[in-house]
Amino acid sequence: MKRCARKHALAVIGMLLAVAVGGPSAFAQDQGEPPRETINIGLSTEVVAITPDFSGADLTIFGSLENPDPQILRQGRYDIIVVLEGPLRPVVVRRKDRIFGLWINVDSETFSSVPVSYSVAMTRAPQDITDAKSYKQLSLGIDNIHLRPAGENADPSKTEEFGLALRSLKQRSGLYNERVGSLTFIGSNLFRASLALPANVPVGTHRARAFLFRNGSFIDEASDQLMIVKSGTEASIYRAANTYGFFYGVFAVILAVITGWIGRIVFKRD
Amino acid sequence: MSRVGVVAIRRGIRVSIYLPIAELSVNMIILLAMGGAVGFLSGMFGVGGGFLITPLLIFYNIPPAVAVATGANQVIASSFSGALAHFKRGTVDIKLGMVLLAGGVAGSSVGVYVFALLRALGQLDLIVSLLYVVFLGTIGALMMWESIGALRKAGKGGSTTLKKPGQHNWVHRLPLKVRFRASKLFVSVIPVLGLGAFIGFLASIMGVGGGFIMVPAMIYLLKVPTNVVIGTSLFQIVFVAAFTTIVHASTNQTVDVVLAFLLMLGGVAGAQYGAKVGQRLRGEQLRALLAGLVLIVAIRLAVDLFVRPADVYSLAPGVL
Repeated sequence: MKRCARKHALAVIGMLLAVAVGGPSAFAQDQGEPPRETINIGLSTEVVAITPDFSGADLTIFGSLENPDPQILRQGRYDIIVVLEGPLRPVVVRRKDRIFGLWINVDSETFSSVPVSYSVAMTRAPQDITDAKSYKQLSLGIDNIHLRPAGENADPSKTEEFGLALRSLKQRSGLYNERVGSLTFIGSNLFRASLALPANVPVGTHRARAFLFRNGSFIDEASDQLMIVKSGTEASIYRAANTYGFFYGVFAVILAVITGWIGRIVFKRD
Repeated sequence: MSRVGVVAIRRGIRVSIYLPIAELSVNMIILLAMGGAVGFLSGMFGVGGGFLITPLLIFYNIPPAVAVATGANQVIASSFSGALAHFKRGTVDIKLGMVLLAGGVAGSSVGVYVFALLRALGQLDLIVSLLYVVFLGTIGALMMWESIGALRKAGKGGSTTLKKPGQHNWVHRLPLKVRFRASKLFVSVIPVLGLGAFIGFLASIMGVGGGFIMVPAMIYLLKVPTNVVIGTSLFQIVFVAAFTTIVHASTNQTVDVVLAFLLMLGGVAGAQYGAKVGQRLRGEQLRALLAGLVLIVAIRLAVDLFVRPADVYSLAPGVL
């Protein structure tokens, strides 16, 4: 309630500033009700084509904060987290154990829909933005990605164990990454998030989501989609192998026969 | 860890190439050299080289499933090259090759099915390594034993030719006998089909042509004359490997044609030089060298099975 009262007092200033930054929406608001902050993100392109020699890059996502409370903005109490989530796929996590001296896969857990990649950009360290409970509720952050075991009655401790292993393996491969401070405000209500796209970024539909927090509480969310496609010969080969397996195999055989034959002509003149 | 290394190499020399199926960037020079080295050895020893390529690819971080299927593809090129030479010399028993091939196709079909099953169970890598350790270890040890004996004999001035196999064994008492003219052989089709099936099975699971098992089996088990053994073996390997490649490509999508092509290029070039060097070395020296090589690969693979992996956990695409 206290926070509410302060907002009323500052509403006028907010509206005045809105002329310069926010656009006309602030004027449309009722005088008594302070305009609610909303977040928008825009991707400059809907399709990102990566070449075969892609070795990782930064993806910049721009966004705007509508109707910000200038006082809170000045105090830096608005926080934004942007997530780029890769396509969802089933994943099996296996654990090796020693049996008669040999390291053998003995146990496994299948998770039904795991984002292949998960890149996060945030304004500051996660513990300074909001509390663990909010992250959990929003399924936000690498540690809070919801991992659902594929089986009907899964053992919770096993799900926990393999879920942890999955997050750690994904982080080590760079597919899951978090960047603190890589989301910055440019001007008063525009922001720029710089996300890491790893070299092995998966193709498919990625979902970008932005979460807005004010004074540690979640207030708005926006999302957009991005297609990542691979371009070049290698990508065509991959598609051919997966769509026309048989003809691809025949091609591979013909290539081998021709190579063997030419090799003989070139090298052996007997 | 290795990923960082690969990135550094890429920026440095710009020789990296992206393998579409293995889904990783590799150094082109290393692969060409690998193909060349194995081609050199295969030319020198008259073997296909599949049994060396697949483990080398696994050591180079290529997923075993891709290494095996691509190995089968690579084997076609070197075997075809060799088979052509034998055709010219007329040292191929086509009829015998056809019967072996019929068995091989059946064995390979079963093998590809087992391969997919093991992959789904997460045990493919283990079984592939175990098969390599067992086969390479056994054959390497036998060859080493035999060639050391031959070398000793040669030192004493004795005969160095391989012991002439005896005329009859249990194989020759089986029914359904067929005459193979080129091999001057009158033998039951059962062991021929069986041998073909066994090699075909191994070809699809291990990504080998199987020459290293086929050749001794033909000599000692079927008593095929040595002059037609290699040509006939190569002839049927071309077809079994081709069949295996196509089946792997259609069921498992694990044939990496870019990887295979790089290995073939290095391989066909290396094989020519290897053959020249091979002609200058003596038979028992060659066999001892090959045995040593085979044993080293087997030991290296065995060690990997016993050493604690960097991470006991691993991820694989799930099937729902």
